[in-house]
Amino acid sequence: MADWPSVPAGNKGPVPRVDLRLGGVLAFVARNRDVYRKTWKTNFLPPLLEPFLYLLSVGYGVGALVGTLNGASYASFVAPGILAITVMQSAFFETTYGSFVRLVFQRTWDAITATPLSLDDVLVGEMVWGAVKSALNSTLMAVVIAGFGLLPWLAIPAVAVVGFVGGLVFAGLGLAVSARVKSIDGFSFAMYLFITPMMLFAGTFFPLSQLPVGARWAAQLLPLTHVVAILRPLAAGTPLAIPASSAAYLVVVALLAPALAVWMMKRKLQT
Amino acid sequence: MSVPAVVAQGLRKSFGPLVAVDGLDLEIPVGVCFGILGPNGAGKTTTIRMLQAQVAPTAGTLTVLGLDAVRDGRRLKARLGIVPQENNLDPDFSVRQNLLIYARYYHVPRAEAEARADRWLAFTQLTEKKDAAIQELSGGMKRRLILARALLNDPELLVLDEPTTGLDPQARHTVWNAIRQLRRDGKTILLTTHYMDEAEQLCDDLVIVDKGRILERGSPSALIAKHTGSTAVEAVLGWSEDGAKVTNASAALTAAGVPHEKLPDRVIAYGPQAESAVATLGASEVINRRSSLEDVFLRLTGRNLRD
Repeated sequence: MADWPSVPAGNKGPVPRVDLRLGGVLAFVARNRDVYRKTWKTNFLPPLLEPFLYLLSVGYGVGALVGTLNGASYASFVAPGILAITVMQSAFFETTYGSFVRLVFQRTWDAITATPLSLDDVLVGEMVWGAVKSALNSTLMAVVIAGFGLLPWLAIPAVAVVGFVGGLVFAGLGLAVSARVKSIDGFSFAMYLFITPMMLFAGTFFPLSQLPVGARWAAQLLPLTHVVAILRPLAAGTPLAIPASSAAYLVVVALLAPALAVWMMKRKLQT
Repeated sequence: MSVPAVVAQGLRKSFGPLVAVDGLDLEIPVGVCFGILGPNGAGKTTTIRMLQAQVAPTAGTLTVLGLDAVRDGRRLKARLGIVPQENNLDPDFSVRQNLLIYARYYHVPRAEAEARADRWLAFTQLTEKKDAAIQELSGGMKRRLILARALLNDPELLVLDEPTTGLDPQARHTVWNAIRQLRRDGKTILLTTHYMDEAEQLCDDLVIVDKGRILERGSPSALIAKHTGSTAVEAVLGWSEDGAKVTNASAALTAAGVPHEKLPDRVIAYGPQAESAVATLGASEVINRRSSLEDVFLRLTGRNLRD
């Protein structure tokens, strides 16, 4: 089993000061972008294909049984839900499996922190790249959904912004999980305990009002709930109906989660 | 007098209860090839990771190329070339792309990066492999590519952590020649190795460290002269169940005041009296040879396994 590089077990030193430079972050993001570009055809496919499958099966298949929801088709209810799920999964996958492979198996971080880039540059670069991927994938998906007539074309740039901010939230949470796992298998716990429940109970496939009162309040704590809450009015063409509380929640957590991830990773790696 | 390449004072690093580097005082001038030798766990890699601003010291001061290794990490790293012990080439890119992307971390402009990549690929004899995937390279090619990568930023100090471990003799000599040429070109080189012949061949000056402390410092020839003299005499006594032959021979050499080492089937005597003292031991075979840095190393650090 691959182990954490050059980090003796049980080492909990003080976290060194912040050392972050935009040029360093961008140089790291450019590296991940270049890897992505090498295989862009396979990378472009899932976000274009997935909405087809989801909309046909859940949107129109299940939708035929459901009928209309609040006067609109079930497909139009589900569309912003699957968009939000993509925002979550793209960034979370990138800073869990993706970052872990680069850190532990490929020792990419070790090679790069030997150059003028700092560990802070690398960590923030990983999360910015995760957010870029969320923005990119949700934008591609939004194009398909708009093609189905389930999202106004003009809302696509706004989806990209929500994708980036929401992506930062999940990239931060993903990297924080990466700082805790002992091996790559540890991520499956995060998937079962965190990602899958959120995917199902954050107002994605059915309205939160169907949940019992306690669960409805608990759902308000989940970041995905707020991504859905923002995307749903955008898809309905009523952007003024976006709840300010959800927007505020996302912006605050988009700053806090990455900060937490940096703190946890540096405690783990630097001593 | 120019600024020394490295000045360490009371340098310490502990990982929890484990003390990896225990109060190192060291000054290395510029323009030399300097060796850090020691058994596994002696603190070599921790020391050089502190030097290259990738690990923060627990205590002490460390100045590299006139810069504080803790506070001026970025500026320092821009002037260092690093060959780490573990290969960490980027498997997502080809040989030449590895160099171009690495140059970007030093903010080298694209055209300049291409010129430098081609120059160092030629220097490390990898031009023909420039479009190969990393997975296609042999161990020796990977080490040479890492050396090429370490030269992209025209470093003043080159830090080589076991640059030839696991290489075949041809690949080793290729790396040695490259190191010699870089030293002649005026670079300061800091080298760790487990191969004593490598240190003897390449190093102008070296330290032998163990348990985080410096045991000895000097040029290879000076250390050999001091600890073993120029010749070693091996007296082959044969195997015996209780090791009595070796024990008796050792007692005789001790009585004669001759420094020596005990092995299971022989003793190795050092110094000017070695030859005459060994003649009285009744050895089945006597081997006269030049003593080496390996003799010095084993005398200073012992023969017990470390990991």
